[in-house]
Order: sequence, then structure tokens, then C-alpha cells
Amino acid sequence: MTTDLVIEAHGLVKHFGETKALQGVDLAVARGTVLGVLGPNGAGKTTAVRILSTLLTPDAGTARIGGHDVVKDAVKVRQSIGLTGQYASVDEDLTGRQNLQLFGMLLDLGKANARARATELLEWFDLTEAADRPAKTYSGGMRRRLDLAASLVGRPDVIFLDEPTTGLDPSKREDMWDVVRTLVNEGSTVLLTTQYLEEADALADEITVIDHGRVIAHDTPDGLKRVVGGQTLEVRPSDLTRLEETATILAQVSSDGRAEEIRKGVLAVPVADDSALTATVSRLASVGIGVTELSLHLPSLDEVFFTLTGRTASADDTSVTDKKEVA
Amino acid sequence: MTTATTPRSAIAPNAPSTATAVKKRPLPLVRHSMSLAKRSLIKTMRTPEALIDVTLQPAIFLVIFVYIFGGAVAGDTTTYLQFLLPGILAQTIAQGAIAIGVNLNTDLDKGIFDRFKSLPIPRASPLVGAVIGDVVRYVVVIVSTFVVGYLMGFRITTDPLSAVAGCLLAILFALSLSWVSVFVGMKVRTSGAVQGIMFLIIMPLSFASNVFVPTASLPSWMQTFVQWNPLTHLVAAMRGFFLGAPMGNSVYYTLLWCLGLVVVFMPLALRAYRKKV
Repeated sequence: MTTDLVIEAHGLVKHFGETKALQGVDLAVARGTVLGVLGPNGAGKTTAVRILSTLLTPDAGTARIGGHDVVKDAVKVRQSIGLTGQYASVDEDLTGRQNLQLFGMLLDLGKANARARATELLEWFDLTEAADRPAKTYSGGMRRRLDLAASLVGRPDVIFLDEPTTGLDPSKREDMWDVVRTLVNEGSTVLLTTQYLEEADALADEITVIDHGRVIAHDTPDGLKRVVGGQTLEVRPSDLTRLEETATILAQVSSDGRAEEIRKGVLAVPVADDSALTATVSRLASVGIGVTELSLHLPSLDEVFFTLTGRTASADDTSVTDKKEVA
Repeated sequence: MTTATTPRSAIAPNAPSTATAVKKRPLPLVRHSMSLAKRSLIKTMRTPEALIDVTLQPAIFLVIFVYIFGGAVAGDTTTYLQFLLPGILAQTIAQGAIAIGVNLNTDLDKGIFDRFKSLPIPRASPLVGAVIGDVVRYVVVIVSTFVVGYLMGFRITTDPLSAVAGCLLAILFALSLSWVSVFVGMKVRTSGAVQGIMFLIIMPLSFASNVFVPTASLPSWMQTFVQWNPLTHLVAAMRGFFLGAPMGNSVYYTLLWCLGLVVVFMPLALRAYRKKV
């Protein structure tokens, strides 16, 4: 089962003029799993997805989807994939239903099935009420759901989600995560790009980190978190006079024995895993310290990058690279 | 989170289903192009204002030219109307070909083409579909021009079949010219630029022609251009089909131009399209 690779890429290279979008990227995704491709803007995530989904041909390297070469067997690949990204969109002048029916016709579902499939997807994505309004009237979250629905019309085995939650507010993000989990439960294989470690952690079985067109890390979410220093526990005691006392307790659960005041009245300590949270709560309670804020944070993308590369993710020319990549 | 997932999972949005198994069907290009032509039509119906230019312009041109220049050019307005209408029709239909390049350019901007390209359909289908969808625009032009023309006193003096043949020739020419528009649409950055460039091509073709005045009345250097102008041949042929005027070889020249435009610009347009990422 684990050796059954549905997505396989070896040494993908793609240059756009001077911009080296990909400089030899390997990716592997086993059937029924989620690979999170994590990287900052301009890292090459979108270029990789566009190559895997046959929209671009690589300058060098090979990629196979379900055993079919993305260049030589592009038509076969297109039959088995669904693509959702900010570029692969819907027709804004058409209604949600018309869009889905059109894609159903283009996927040879036949008229009746295309219609039934559209209705089913609209219902599943809570778009039934808006089904007969032009897509340009949809809100951001609705548009994102319609984009995703559009990529599912043909019941693809492999689904590419290029930054599916960028720009969505946190509650909509959770909804999208539920959708992805459901798809995987039904046996789909998902490749998802993201700028958020939190998202990759929530959804992915494995994470590939890419930067400047190269893979700089590949691991399970837990493995990656171990490398980049795990999580941070933040506590704000309700009684600020007991800050010192709280710091002492936190130092005991901390993985490196130090508690730091990161904002006025907020202490932060690095912790090894989730169990630190319950330990902290019970120890604070036993001495009667109340808290107004208690949270566990994963490292930000910046911190991941700083650990892996020794520099921050948002530095230098990445925004320029990104523009070329999307253009 | 779990509560939201449960009812959704019950529907199994992406589970394999035998009901929607992909069937192999013949003629994929024709079939998918028709689906995409339907899309163009839905868009046209949704934004009828996009049809205003092609419906109102021939009416306005007919009224202005017939009543302002008719007396001076042809002696009386009725004679001039008979002369002018086939020309205005040809000119407007030719201008109708601009829209496709503009629309395709907009599609590229919006990213809907990437969706099409990720689907297992022949790559030319979105283009061919848009071209077919345009035929409807041309029919609208023809109908509105004839309605206004008839109200003003225009009469076809041949037979309905010949009239239809004249209209079909005009549509064929516009479809051939569409490929130029598609090519420009794929090559330039903004949809406004497509409009501008196509207008620059079609304007001299419209005016340096036999549309408004007889070729013989033009200076001889311009007559050379006019005699090569595809629109001149189209209009001469249409006058023959509508009014029984002598056609000469104009039908053949028009068909030759159509063939030339398609042979040169269809591959160019398709290549430019394939290159678009």
C-alpha cells in the first residue's frame, strides 16, 4: 500500500527566462494520502502543481500520475485529476450550476449525469441556494467552494489543491479542511500546497518543504516539527503579580527549561508535544493560578524556514519570482 | 467540525460511482466545441449589452449614410440604400469578428482556460467553441440590419435562396477573419489592445472598399488596394446575391480570401494558443 505511488516526480526543472522556478524537485505521494507542499510565495509550488496537472511541460525531469506520464500521456492524466487553484477557475458569467454542468459535459458524463452531478456537488458544498446566480456574485468562500466543486465533477482519483485556503478566514479554513479530510476518507489522493505549517500539519500525511525551486525537507508533520523545534505554549496569567510563579511552573514543562515573556504579561515556552498543555493546566490549577489565555502554537513558516535554511522566508526576491511563476 | 462533516460524508461527494462512468464517445472535438459554444451563448444572453454594438451600429450607419450622403452619391436615397445595405452588412459582420479575440483574451486573464486545459478535451475545443458561438452574433447582425433596411425601403430583388447564400458567404468570411482576431487575442496583453488592433485592421478595409462608393470613383492608387481588399469582393458578391448585380469572380475571390485567412491564421492562432501557459 505504501509503495503504491499515485504521484511521482523526479528531478523536475522549469525555468522562465532568468527565473529558475524549479531546480530539480522530487515528489512522491502514496495512494489515499495527503502530501503537503509547504513553501513561501515564489518557492515553486504553483509551478510544480502546473506541471503535475499537465498545464506546463517541465524543462527536465519526469512526472507520473497514476502511472501515466504527464507529458506523453497528458490526456490520460487529465482524466484522473482534479485541479483547484486561483488560476484554474470557473466562468464568472455563468451560474454555479451552469459551470458544473459545462465541466460535466466536457468530462463526457452525458447530459443527465452532468446535471445530476452538478446538483449533488452544489448540495454538498452548500451552494444550492446560490446555484442559479452568476459566479461573480459569490462571496470569497463560496467561490472557493465552487472552484473545488468544479474540480470534483469527474470524481478524480488525484486532487491538486493549490493554496486552497489562502485568503479565507479561519472558520472557512476549517470548513475547507473538513472537505479535504472527507475526500481522503473516500480514497482520493491529495497534493496540497500551502504557506501554513498549521494547515499542512492538520491535513498532510507527509510534508515536502520547497524553497527556491528545491526540496529542502521531506518528513512527516511530527518529524518536521521535531526538526524545527516543536510547538510554543503561550500563557497569560489573570493575576499579573503571579507572573514569576507562572514562569517557574512553565519552565518545568518546557523542553529547554526557559520561559520567556514575549508580550506584556504573556509567557511563552517551547514544548515537545501536546501533553505539555494538560500538564501546565493541572499544575497551574493546583496552585490556584487562573489564566486568561492559554494556547499552543506551531512554528510559523518563517520559523520553519529559519531553522531549515538559516534565513527568513519572506526575504529577498521571492515576490518577483512569484509574479513570473503565475504569469 | 465533526458535526459539519457527518451529513456531508453521507453524500460521498467524490466516491467512485458507476452512474457517472466516463464513456468513450466519437468526435470529441465537435462534441466539446458544441458544449463550449453553448457557454458562449449563455454568456451573450446574460450580457445582451455586448450585442448592442453589432445591432445598433448597422442601423445608425444606414440612417446616417443614406440620408446624409445618399442624395450626393447616388442621386436619391432609395438607390443608395440598395447599394449601401450589403456593404454595411459585410462591414458589421467583419467587425463582429473582433469580439472573439477580446473574449478569449479576457478568458486567459481570468484563468478559465487553465480549467479547460486540465480537462481531457481536445485543446482546440475552447477556441472552436467560441468561433461557433459567434455565428449567433452574426445572425443577429443580419436580422437587425435587414429589419432596419426593410423599414427604410430596402428590397431584395433576387430570391430568398440567393439572399441566404449571400448571408452565408458573409458569415463564412467573418468566421475566417475570426482567426486573425483569435491570433491577436493570444498575442497581446490586454483585451483593450485586441479591440484597438482589430479596429485598425478592419477600418481601412471597410472604407477603402466599394462599401460606400463605387470603386471607379476612387483615385487610381486607391483602386489597387480596393481591388485586393477582401471586403470589396465580399460586398460585390453580396450585391449580386441580393440585387442581381453582376458578380464577376467575386464569390471565388471571397472564398479564396477565406481559405487564405484560415490557412495562415488558424495554425498561427492555434500555436499561439498552445504556447499560452
